[in-house]
Amino acid sequence: MTYKNIIIAACLALTVAAAAFAEEPKNAPAAPGSAPAASAPATPGTPAIAAPGAATTAPAAAPAPVEKKKVTLKANKAITLSMFAIIIGITLAVVVWAAKQTKTAADFYAAGGGITGTQNGWAIAGDYMSAASFLGISGLISLYGYDGFMYSVGWLVAYITVLLIVAEPCRNAGKYTLGDILSFRTNPKPVRAFAAISTVAVSTFYLTAQMVGAGKLMALLVGVPYKTAIVGVGILMVGYVVFGGMTATTWVQIIKAGLLMSGAFLLSFLVLLKCNFNIFAFFESIVNSPDIQDHVSKLVLKDGVILNGVDAGQRFLEPGLFMKSPLDQISLGMALVLGTAGMPHILMRFFTVPTAQAARKSVIIAMFIIGGFYVLTTLLGFGAAVNITPQGIITVDPGGNMATLILAQTLGAEIAPVLGDIFLAFLCSVAFATILAVVSGLVLAASAAIAHDIYVNVIKDGHADQHEQVMAARITSLVVGAVGIMIGLMAEKANVAHLVALAFAVASSGNLPVVVLSLFWRKFNTAGVISGLTVGTIASIGLVMVSPNMTYPKLVAKGAEKVIVAMEKKQAALPPGTALNEKDTKALAKAKVEVLGMDGKSIMGLSEPILKLKNPGIISIPLGFIASILGCLMFPNKRSEEMFDEVYVRQNTGLGMAKAIDH
Amino acid sequence: MAERQYDWAAIAKNPKFVELHHKKQAFLFGWWIFSSVYYFLLPIGAAYAPGLFKIKMIGVINFGYVFALSQFFVSWALALYYAHVANKDFDRLTRELIDELHL
Repeated sequence: MTYKNIIIAACLALTVAAAAFAEEPKNAPAAPGSAPAASAPATPGTPAIAAPGAATTAPAAAPAPVEKKKVTLKANKAITLSMFAIIIGITLAVVVWAAKQTKTAADFYAAGGGITGTQNGWAIAGDYMSAASFLGISGLISLYGYDGFMYSVGWLVAYITVLLIVAEPCRNAGKYTLGDILSFRTNPKPVRAFAAISTVAVSTFYLTAQMVGAGKLMALLVGVPYKTAIVGVGILMVGYVVFGGMTATTWVQIIKAGLLMSGAFLLSFLVLLKCNFNIFAFFESIVNSPDIQDHVSKLVLKDGVILNGVDAGQRFLEPGLFMKSPLDQISLGMALVLGTAGMPHILMRFFTVPTAQAARKSVIIAMFIIGGFYVLTTLLGFGAAVNITPQGIITVDPGGNMATLILAQTLGAEIAPVLGDIFLAFLCSVAFATILAVVSGLVLAASAAIAHDIYVNVIKDGHADQHEQVMAARITSLVVGAVGIMIGLMAEKANVAHLVALAFAVASSGNLPVVVLSLFWRKFNTAGVISGLTVGTIASIGLVMVSPNMTYPKLVAKGAEKVIVAMEKKQAALPPGTALNEKDTKALAKAKVEVLGMDGKSIMGLSEPILKLKNPGIISIPLGFIASILGCLMFPNKRSEEMFDEVYVRQNTGLGMAKAIDH
Repeated sequence: MAERQYDWAAIAKNPKFVELHHKKQAFLFGWWIFSSVYYFLLPIGAAYAPGLFKIKMIGVINFGYVFALSQFFVSWALALYYAHVANKDFDRLTRELIDELHL
């Protein structure tokens, strides 16, 4: 009885805490041009863009070449908003249809188990590929070449773990949530409570990053004010989930994946058309582009390397321009490969299909869609580098997030000016659909954990009729959505780049070890679930808090000092009486404010990060596994061991599973 | 609610189930380890063997690019191979086991 209240309080506290995590930077390194960090929050690798040193030295190191191409990005508001309206119209029609079919808890959480393997495959792809994979990765490729491509690989390889280890057993052993899988042979109440807390934590971190990114993106693309964008996206997301449950969410994700793939194919086709479908000529044009050569030679100059001409162009196809820390990259790889399989909103998708065979098929289809998309992304990223030039892309957004969109507008306009507008509007609406699909999946996962695990199974001891269960699910979705909107509104100016790294860290260090051990280890029990989830989650959060992801005013100030020195030099070099141009004046003013933060500390009271890694996986994942194993060995439980046969037979054969679908 | 009761421990000892279990475990963990090793060769190689990644293979396309691209094809091939083995062996064994139990 007593711990019920504690659990509810903990869930609420965690949800609100995410807002606090989205630390308000007093001296944000990238305040005016904050687009790079903010519009790609779902790209765990990009935090490097927001790293204090990188962000502040970049303007100083680029003494704007005069020959820079003038590139602008302005979406045609009328066309774009009407395409948004079409998407909203279609999805709302889906919701109305889905709402009629959503009568039981199984309908709400798992679409009644009536999604086919193919549909689920598209939905997984739609659930997984965020606006950051869509815009961020091609942007990374357009600015840093090879490293951007290498970065995308882990997002696909992650699905091998999902396919081989978790998809089918979870389908056979679970019902709606992570808590269902874990509570099978353990003491259900505490296990469900801990699983719910971890689900809510992961979903909230991810949701916050998505919401803030959505607001910034909409503001940048169509000029809708940030707050309006958040509220608009939030209301749609709540509407889909509350009324249409899993059925509507699934179809929104399928539609989004379809739009995304059509956009990627169309744009890749245009890129290839430019080089007459000769892929070798395409690569030659990358290496021989004078703009790329110039861009690369400036990039490597920072490391004290002098490269010119074709050598510099070739360097664009070699690793190391963006990812400078191998250990961090391996750590990120671990978090992706293990974290994806521990993401509650991905796990939840496997409960929507009727059989393990369908679950298997859906992962394989998702792998082809996701992988195909990343391969096309290479064409888009390199295509943008060749056709728009890195210098041009940087003028629109220093993080490169707008590369794909500029490319669409430019290549479309080359055929006919109005086509450029239409094409850009189409890709903006793809981004919009992308955001809606991802946030809906997250809200559904978080509310399932609260309503199904905590309310129905912990508070009501599983005694709730269908009507009550569906009501609970709807009310919880409404509340979770409202909280998501509030966090989005509060976190406008916040540094959210680390939240995605955090979500993957918690999923890989907390959720994955306990899922794998409960499916495959006879001795696994309640103590193991609790110790694994607790240690994995706390270690991930703690390590990210002291990592370079946070804002360190002292380091920002140091970077700012360099900018001031550079600007003063530049001023001195100008003929007397002339002032710095507008951009430089702004940079100087910003740097002068930042320097004042010399004595400031990060929110953990640190002047510089203790951990040098942005991704804690390499430390926190082993900790999560060790804690789970030690917990079990210290508090062995005979009943859990005896029940292993049942779990193991069930997950391999699907026997006894009908129960999970019928109710 | 009339759910069929199974003797889980007996099924777990059934020779068919033991065969299924061994085959599956060897396949799943073996290939999972293979895929992880193959994937981590990419960041490790990029960081510690840049010379290798620079070697040009076709025109300006270098080993690093081909290796990164191969990750996609290896993952897809593994997925299809798994589907093939699972449909052919694992599902068949499972069906035979279930038939045996219901008889």
